[in-house]
Amino acid sequence: MRVDVTINGEPRSAEVEPRTLLVDFIRTHLGLTGTHVGCDTTSCGACTVILDGKPVKSCTVLAVQAHGSELRTVEGLRQNGRLHPIQAAFKEHHGLQCGFCTPGMMLVGAALLEKNPAPSEEEIRWELSGNLCRCTGYMNIVEAIKAAGAGSAGDAVGEDLGAAESVAAAEEMEAHA
Amino acid sequence: MYPAPFEYSAPTTLEEATALLAELGDEGRVLAGGQSLLPMMKLRLATPGHLVDINRIPGLDRIEHVDGHLQIGALVRHADVVDSQEIADASPLMASTAPWVADPLVRNRGTVCGSVAHCDPEGDWNSVMLALGAEVVAASRHGERVIPIEDFVVDYFTNSLQAGEMVTAVRIPRGDAGTAGKYLKLERKVGDYATVGVATHLRIDGGTIVEAGIGLTSVGPRNIKAREAEAMLVGEAPSSELFAEAARAAALASDPASDVRGPADYKRAVVEAYVRRGLEACVRQISEEG
Ligand SMILES: Cc1cc2nc3c(=O)[nH]c(=O)nc-3n(C[C@H](O)[C@H](O)[C@H](O)COP(=O)(O)OP(=O)(O)OC[C@H]3O[C@@H](n4cnc5c(N)ncnc54)[C@H](O)[C@@H]3O)c2cc1C
Ligand code: FES
Ligand code: FES
Repeated sequence: MRVDVTINGEPRSAEVEPRTLLVDFIRTHLGLTGTHVGCDTTSCGACTVILDGKPVKSCTVLAVQAHGSELRTVEGLRQNGRLHPIQAAFKEHHGLQCGFCTPGMMLVGAALLEKNPAPSEEEIRWELSGNLCRCTGYMNIVEAIKAAGAGSAGDAVGEDLGAAESVAAAEEMEAHA
Repeated sequence: MYPAPFEYSAPTTLEEATALLAELGDEGRVLAGGQSLLPMMKLRLATPGHLVDINRIPGLDRIEHVDGHLQIGALVRHADVVDSQEIADASPLMASTAPWVADPLVRNRGTVCGSVAHCDPEGDWNSVMLALGAEVVAASRHGERVIPIEDFVVDYFTNSLQAGEMVTAVRIPRGDAGTAGKYLKLERKVGDYATVGVATHLRIDGGTIVEAGIGLTSVGPRNIKAREAEAMLVGEAPSSELFAEAARAAALASDPASDVRGPADYKRAVVEAYVRRGLEACVRQISEEG
């Protein structure tokens, strides 16, 4: 079946079997691997994407169900090569260690701040309760979201990602793998 | 993990959906929020031949007043209930349940009616519906019928829908003045199914309890309506002795199993405590209302 979506503002489509999960459609068919697969059992939120404005677990949605929808993934956070405030805040507040949960955490954080720009710590923790992190203990994730909301993410906002630099780093990593 | 292959249709009208379901018979399965069905299919615990995705049928996402009832359409998500002023006004019990169902991401997809249809004894909504005396609206190619929730919840993962039928809504009596409700849920962590869940509903008129509803989650092969306990309350004036007695009766009506969430006698003790606390919370709500 043909699935057409708008993902991070760009129209994309692919032919899939009905049983293809949205997360695999995004990673394999569209080549956007920022969305992770963690538990694959609807528990961890590593696969979080924003589907028509709402964060969902993309391992538990069929790709065909997203036909005609608007999707946002972690790749859509940066704008013109510059960091989104939530990304800047995660960087400054050490909101990540291994980074596996981070795309989901940032998307849930960004969606929360769009609804409620000044959430309390309790509201942030409640909103994050479908996303698991095995590294950080959550403290700095909560701090980062709070800072992004307060607009105090500081210097890194809009920081140039240095695309060429990260491509070089990725290539180097691959060479060592 | 991939589900076994299946056919997929996404009808855009109720007529089309019910015609398809009639044609497919046992092969057909409704897909609503997919938050129970898709995990089961990925684990190959369910292998339906044909999914009928109802998400593209307009109008099923409404919460509306119909004939003295509040009607919750088949595409109303748990998150919609969390956010609904209508629900907050009409049913404090539903409003206090929604934030405890699953986690925020699952709540954005999963539906109230899907939970009702799923009949998982660990699901929260059927206890609420049993306490409230809800009705399920079912549609088929032949028309519509209304099923009292007590007849709808048959057993462990079993409802009383016939082949070719789907749920279009669940409806609850509109909460009149003097109505209160509370859902209390013990869970090991946010997003977990209940170790024990207790739904309580009361209506008090002129100092006398005129309606009482008690539903129990995760303490038996299906959600349990504690009928004896309810009957003890109706016609009486609220008091702590009365509530303690009803709570004991509800605990006796529960039939928990010992499992990873705790031993059976512990769960039964929690039922007793939660029924008492739930009823007390209802009385507090009503007195605050004035
Ligand atoms: C991590 C996680 C935690 C959860 N925690 C909880 C919890 O704490 N409490 C709780 O109550 N639930 C919990 N759930 C389940 C969740 O609430 C589901 O949303 C719900 O059980 C099913 O609703 P659904 O819309 O997703 O249904 P689906 O998964 O689409 O369907 C479930 C079943 O119901 C049938 N069905 C659905 N809609 C209809 C209809 N309109 N007519 C006829 N049949 C229909 C389907 O055919 C299927 O058999 C959890 C789920 C997950 C993944
Ligand atoms: S991979 Fe989807 S919730 Fe864990
Ligand atoms: S940073 Fe490693 S899982 Fe969260």
